[in-house]
Amino acid sequence: MRILEGEKVTKHFGGLAAVNNVDFAIDQGEVVGLIGPNGAGKTTLFNLISGSLPTTAGEIRYKGKKITGLKPHQICKKGVARTFQSAKLFAGMTVFENALAASLFGTKRAISVPDAEREAKELLEFVELSTVGAMLAKDLPIAHRKRLEVARALATKPDLLMSDEVMAGLNPAELAHAMELITKTRNKGITVFMIEHVMKAIMNICDRIIVLHHGNKIAEGTPEEIATSRTVVEVYLGE
Amino acid sequence: MDLFRIISKKPIFFGLSFLIIILLATLPLYIPPYPVISLTSIIMYIVITVSWAIFSGPTRYISLASAAFFGVGVYISAVLGQALLLPIVIVIGGLVSFILALCIGLLTLRLRGMYFIIFTFGISELIRNFLLWWETKMMGTVGRWVVAVDHVVVYYVMLAIFVFALLTAYLVKRSRFGLALQSIGEQEEAATHIGINATVVKTIAFAMSAFFMGAAGAIMATRWTYIDPKIAFNPLFSFMPVLMAIFGGTGQLYGPVFGAALFAYFEEILITKFPYYYMLLFGSIMIVVILFLPHGMVGLVQKWRKGGMRRQNANP
Repeated sequence: MRILEGEKVTKHFGGLAAVNNVDFAIDQGEVVGLIGPNGAGKTTLFNLISGSLPTTAGEIRYKGKKITGLKPHQICKKGVARTFQSAKLFAGMTVFENALAASLFGTKRAISVPDAEREAKELLEFVELSTVGAMLAKDLPIAHRKRLEVARALATKPDLLMSDEVMAGLNPAELAHAMELITKTRNKGITVFMIEHVMKAIMNICDRIIVLHHGNKIAEGTPEEIATSRTVVEVYLGE
Repeated sequence: MDLFRIISKKPIFFGLSFLIIILLATLPLYIPPYPVISLTSIIMYIVITVSWAIFSGPTRYISLASAAFFGVGVYISAVLGQALLLPIVIVIGGLVSFILALCIGLLTLRLRGMYFIIFTFGISELIRNFLLWWETKMMGTVGRWVVAVDHVVVYYVMLAIFVFALLTAYLVKRSRFGLALQSIGEQEEAATHIGINATVVKTIAFAMSAFFMGAAGAIMATRWTYIDPKIAFNPLFSFMPVLMAIFGGTGQLYGPVFGAALFAYFEEILITKFPYYYMLLFGSIMIVVILFLPHGMVGLVQKWRKGGMRRQNANP
């Protein structure tokens, strides 16, 4: 079943087409990678899907229903969660409060405070941050911040998680951990759409990969197909 | 949705506040009239500062529209004071400010940072100048008389507004609504992406804070007995709460209370005896606080309690 699809999605910033006529489709349960050089329009596409930015043209559908034109909080409540490239945590709040806020407000149905607290605790355990729950988010090291971004997004109980470079800037051990976290997320039944530059991770985890370049979709396929694609190698991966 | 459900409680804080309020409530029984009048002004400043902090504390949107909401209350009191009973006038004063804040909020809360600050200041000035123009051109007389009310009644009404404002601030802070406001203040974009309708939450909080300012204005007018746009919409009512709250620290509920109480007390003492030194002293202290105590006096107290002034984080 299609969980997310985009039709001729376009975003212009003045004269620049940051995202240009991009069609895409993601099936339920998939892990789909979104790659491309810097400035290719990957994060812009995420911003269009999550409602941070209005589209110039085209339509995005989630579970068959149009979500273009909705506000970020409405899209979140429908079940689409995202993380931010430059971790946008609630820096002055504790790690636990970061997750709690997402549990409290992220779902369409109201949730009681004790239930939200229980959920937030479970999610911190899921991302292995329960020992630092009382710390302020701003005091966390980078790897923990990225994990808290994921925990906060998951606390909104999404069916689709859009993760934006959660593996950037991690050391090999942290990277392995982050990859395991994405796999665990998928095993929960959550569809994952991920922007990543770490090729090892992308090639290992993703079922399918979409490649953007200058706002255009230039390739799409399995990791093997992408790794051997002439165009992708030329514009992005390099010889 | 039970938006205002309390998340946690602090019994000691509650008990102490209760004691202080009992003390304040019985004060007019054994002190002469003049201190009661001074105390009314002090409590007025606390009300404005605490209600300012309901919205601006967690969201970090610095509003300079306090004078607008206060002044609207003052004018409601002047216009309706003769026709209606005092409690009704005060509630209407609060409600009109509430509605005005809803409108201003929906218009301006898309703005952030400096633009929001300037816009809110502009709104206050616009209302003040519009009223001045209206009175000069349309009515031919500037200013109005307000029905006077006994100073002890004024005191008790102001105290009641204070208690309500404090209780509201407390409930907001301890509720999920407060957590939403705090999330918005920390990272607004992320807050909207975890399902918080930032526009609605901000506007409601802004209007709640305006309610108490309007109510305080409505009762204060009865003590002044004569008002005009310059008195009612004095820009100082916009600036003082910001400075008082920053001085006290907005991290805790008692910060704005403490900051406002101390400064309003200084004002009462100094402005009559050394009017020039008051602003001088005020300015100097503000510079010191902003430079060295970003979390206000409350932040200083908390730091000491946590053990010394040493730095806690190498990478802030």
